[in-house]
Amino acid sequence: MEVLQLLISGLANGCVYGLIALGFVLIYKATEAVNFAQGDFMMLGAFVTLGLVNPEYAGIPFWLALPLVFVIMGVLGYLLDIVVLRAVFGQSQVAVIIVTIALGFVIRFAVGEIWGHEPQSLRSPLALGDVRIGELVLGLADIAVIIVTLIMTFLLWQFFQRTKMGLAMQAASQNQMAAYYMGIPVKRIQGMVWALAGIVAAVAGILYASKGALDPTAGFIGIKAFAAAVIGGFGSLPGALLGGLIVGVIEPFASRYLPPGWSQIAPYALLIAVLLFRPHGLFAQVRAKKV
Amino acid sequence: MRFHFKTDYDQDIRLFEDGWTFSLYAALLVLALALPLMIDPFFLGEATNVLIWAIAGLGLMLLTGQTGQVSLGHSAFMALGCYSCVLMMEANVPFVVAFLLAGVITGVVGALIAIPALKLHGVYLAIATLALAILADDIIVLLKEWTDGVNGKMSPPIDLFGYEISRWNNPIEWYYLTLAVVLMVTLFYRNLLRAPLGRAFAAVRDSEISAQAMGVNVAQTKTIAFGISCAITGLGGALMGLFAGAFNNETFNFLLSIQLLMMIVVGGLGFIHGAFLGAVVIAFLPQVLSMTTDLFGRGVAIPGLESGVFGVILILFILFEPMGLYGRWLKIRTFLELFPFARKDMFKRQKSYLKTERLR
Repeated sequence: MEVLQLLISGLANGCVYGLIALGFVLIYKATEAVNFAQGDFMMLGAFVTLGLVNPEYAGIPFWLALPLVFVIMGVLGYLLDIVVLRAVFGQSQVAVIIVTIALGFVIRFAVGEIWGHEPQSLRSPLALGDVRIGELVLGLADIAVIIVTLIMTFLLWQFFQRTKMGLAMQAASQNQMAAYYMGIPVKRIQGMVWALAGIVAAVAGILYASKGALDPTAGFIGIKAFAAAVIGGFGSLPGALLGGLIVGVIEPFASRYLPPGWSQIAPYALLIAVLLFRPHGLFAQVRAKKV
Repeated sequence: MRFHFKTDYDQDIRLFEDGWTFSLYAALLVLALALPLMIDPFFLGEATNVLIWAIAGLGLMLLTGQTGQVSLGHSAFMALGCYSCVLMMEANVPFVVAFLLAGVITGVVGALIAIPALKLHGVYLAIATLALAILADDIIVLLKEWTDGVNGKMSPPIDLFGYEISRWNNPIEWYYLTLAVVLMVTLFYRNLLRAPLGRAFAAVRDSEISAQAMGVNVAQTKTIAFGISCAITGLGGALMGLFAGAFNNETFNFLLSIQLLMMIVVGGLGFIHGAFLGAVVIAFLPQVLSMTTDLFGRGVAIPGLESGVFGVILILFILFEPMGLYGRWLKIRTFLELFPFARKDMFKRQKSYLKTERLR
């Protein structure tokens, strides 16, 4: 029973990591850039929702606010791409890494200024309380999180495989110049990807906030999501989700069965192990070029 | 504009381009030596702080600026340098020996870590080193017997050839000690760049494939770069810990390595001067900010303001001046030297297109 309990809460945490990792992978797949601020995007999305939904702020009903949140985060992602990232378009990855880290700092500061640094909780319809099945205490929020994540991943996966836009995004990622030649508006595509990543981040943020309190440092879990993305193999959507689940499940088990102090290390140790033995993750996307 | 009539191949790699450059740096050295006579102990402490940041920054600059590898894990090596130095000092090893050994230990550990890590490219390396920085924080706590975990350690007074130096009693000696280390590191750095190894670094940074074609052993070069970089950063970390007076795992958390990276970008990637300019920015930014907030009557410190403002500064730099402060100075200098013949596009970068790393 205890194992099952740990498993479910781990899976729910893992889903949030997985969704943030999806955000990384989306941007990476389409623009070959890594958004080190994705965790902070997630935190921002959660706070925007909180600002709209909670009665002490705007107090809009949740289901009305939801599309609004998506629009806000999507537009924000698109604007960030236009204003900041387009300027480092085609430059070395160092520049992109540094710019996104800096963006994360700025977002954290802005959120702290607007909504304060105190932990707050979101009035989310997913926060349903617990149910008891025999000895098992299940947070309904956990289960909802798992379901929403599965749906999200499936939709995104189909998007990349089936739609014209998704294919264009993949093409733009693999070779910008060739994509230009094929008539793909690479810049606009990249903006769309950032918008999409913003929306995914908002979903992740809402799920995260449904499970507990929220404060501006929540964005730091982005680092665990990194571990997730790398374990899954950067560039693979199902891989990102799987990596998230692995990291999420390892954590509660490590803190239950390992001596204190060692448990925080577990996800990062796993990350380093994966990087050493399978440097491109479980779902490797690196293939030798055929000449 | 000065023109050089070259009569000797050595002229191309001389430490100083000509007599004028030499006299400029000599003047700078005299100024640095005379600084304690000109400013009061508080600002001298700040100057020492700047120099310590510059040492740590030079370490990362060697890796990121010269060899083109991003590391977000240099806080781990600062911690290693600091803890090993202090532990050796507590075991009654003379300071000079402990300090240099700390650098050597950090360098060797860095090189060992680099061997597997450098198989990774760009983003993967950044993430692996970031994980390393976070791990270091936890490992310090785990190794309580040696590091005293979260309680931290007090740094022992420095005993330099029987002459005791403590930060509060003799800040001037502290300053000179740091200045000596800075001189040592900078000269080493500058000479390294003139040596074949430094050329190999630049070749690896600019294109691994062409470096390989020219006979550079890429993996080995990167490993050496990582090792030397870690050694220098370790020295900086040791000084930082000793200067702070007390330190624990929080002193060297991963935000420090991000700050370090930001510092060299603001200063100017790939320039020795950049590390120093960046250090000035990062050391004085908190003071400037607290003065400004006082001015606007918000007496209480605003949490996160420092990193927020630094983030904005950094974004502006990457957008408008990717070459950093020193790059801006180079442009201004070229403009003045060539006046009125400087053209706007002289520093324009070539347009480049990105190809995936997933197919190689």
